[in-house]
Amino acid sequence: MPEITRDEVAHLADLARIDLDAAELDHLAPQLSVILESVASISEVASDDVPPTSHPLPLTNVFREDVAQPCLTAEQALAMAPEVDQQRFSVPRILGDEQ
Amino acid sequence: MSDLIKQTAAQMAAALADGTTTSVELTQAHLDRIAAVDGAIHAYLHVDGEGALAQAAASDARRSAGTPAGDLDGIPIAVKDVLATQGLPTTCGSKILEGWIPPYDATVVAKLKAAGLPILGKTNMDEFAMGSSTEHSAYGPTHNPWDLDRIPGGSGGGSAAAVAAFEAPFALGTDTGGSIRQPGAVTGTVGVKPTYGGVSRYGLVALANSLDQVGPVTRTVLDSALLHELIGGHDPRDSTSVDAPVPGLVAAATQGADGDLSGLKVGVIKELGGEGYQAGVQQRFQESVDHLVAMGAEVVEVSCPSFVHALAAYYLILPAEASSNLAKFDAMRYGLRVFPEGVDSPSAEEVMRASRDAGFGDEVKRRIILGTYALSSGYYDAYYGQAQKVRTLISRDFEAAFGQADVLLSPTAPTTAFKLGEKLDDPIAMYLNDLATIPANLAGVPGISLPSGLADEDGLPAGVQMLAPALADDRLYRVGAALEVALTEKWGGPLLDRAPDLTGASA
Repeated sequence: MPEITRDEVAHLADLARIDLDAAELDHLAPQLSVILESVASISEVASDDVPPTSHPLPLTNVFREDVAQPCLTAEQALAMAPEVDQQRFSVPRILGDEQ
Repeated sequence: MSDLIKQTAAQMAAALADGTTTSVELTQAHLDRIAAVDGAIHAYLHVDGEGALAQAAASDARRSAGTPAGDLDGIPIAVKDVLATQGLPTTCGSKILEGWIPPYDATVVAKLKAAGLPILGKTNMDEFAMGSSTEHSAYGPTHNPWDLDRIPGGSGGGSAAAVAAFEAPFALGTDTGGSIRQPGAVTGTVGVKPTYGGVSRYGLVALANSLDQVGPVTRTVLDSALLHELIGGHDPRDSTSVDAPVPGLVAAATQGADGDLSGLKVGVIKELGGEGYQAGVQQRFQESVDHLVAMGAEVVEVSCPSFVHALAAYYLILPAEASSNLAKFDAMRYGLRVFPEGVDSPSAEEVMRASRDAGFGDEVKRRIILGTYALSSGYYDAYYGQAQKVRTLISRDFEAAFGQADVLLSPTAPTTAFKLGEKLDDPIAMYLNDLATIPANLAGVPGISLPSGLADEDGLPAGVQMLAPALADDRLYRVGAALEVALTEKWGGPLLDRAPDLTGASA
């Protein structure tokens, strides 16, 4: 059971797109270690022949008739947007200068 | 306190039908109660007095015209803030959704509106339903009506406290690992987690899709049956919705109230009891079992050996699903947008990072990071893959147990309500509250919690949980109603009669 280090937590937060400052890392990293320790036993419970369950219901490929349904208007969809421009979601730049 | 609001929803339905009261009177009485006690309880994040009264007036007009939309037309209700309500704020207890007003209704909310139930407001919850105490709400905790210094359970502590404090006749909750049942247990109320897929999840802001279920939060078993029948059934907008009719739940509750359980086999789950369970909780649980025996049920002990791994499996599966679900909060289309400090012309990604840091609380961050870890290559098989296998083992345990018994029994939560703040920064201690409720979510089976009495050592409510096979939700109502009748008779009235009056309570 590998311990989760402060650096690893920083890396995971980066993957999850959350800015954590130093104080938050100090606070959360040890807690995450304890949580991981407490769930570690799981790795030895089930043998190879046990199939995984991803979902409580055995459902596959649920389809509906291909009929047009009413949907949100552009005004409704944009009503709660942080910023709107010309009936579109306005977002910060997605590329850097070097790109 | 007005006697009107102390009635059960079923009694209110009768009073509306025979003209003894009106929906406006009923709704106003609840709004008055909210104004009087919610400063101390903080069950609501948003109260919609004006909207509720307008819906109530429309309901009264339907009644006068002889065309009520149904038996529950005009009975006000509270809705957990994780369900989308068109025109009413829906925050999920999170800063990242502060002020968000959904452009659509969750299917269950649309059903409430179509049936004429005025919506009183939105109830408090742990942020994105992550927690067992409502303390992880970004808007401050809800207080337990039995003792304002204690937690009302979670994540749906707001719904449970609102119902326990007579601030609503009933409410909608959601249950991912016990968020309806555990608050029910610690507030002396009734809560049901239906069979997975039995109630639509469309418009429920997902925590963990494979575990979440919407269900009723009420003061009686019959009221839960009434509400469950209203919200249940197939929804083409939820691909995991079960395409089968809802079994007769009100009929089952009515039958159960006769108090005859002869021929019924009840299994007491060996692994959910004993060490770690408070003495008073165990005592009340044993009494409930004795009552069932007195009514003719046969009791057997069943063993579900994999249940001891349920908590670990849950705290891998849930964060994994949650970390994916919450990725949609990217500050682009809705929700909080925060710009990082000291960065000129920040990129969308930098804005996303800053927004998620500012918008999410500690518990949400913990679980997102844990889920990201569990899904990382190199750890996936050891954690998430194994957790999914344990899920299979737990379902097999249920299958074997239901081969020996019609319903399974355990205490709902290991303890009564603990003090606010006591476990806030100790995630493991907090997680242990859901020990007994989690297996049902992993296997998708239905469960009910109802009050078993007050624990001797602290005088606080304890709960008894019943579990049934998938799609056999009606069994919970039959056995639950039978036990409720026996216990209410023993107590000489509903347990909530013993709760503090709250008049004059202050925050």
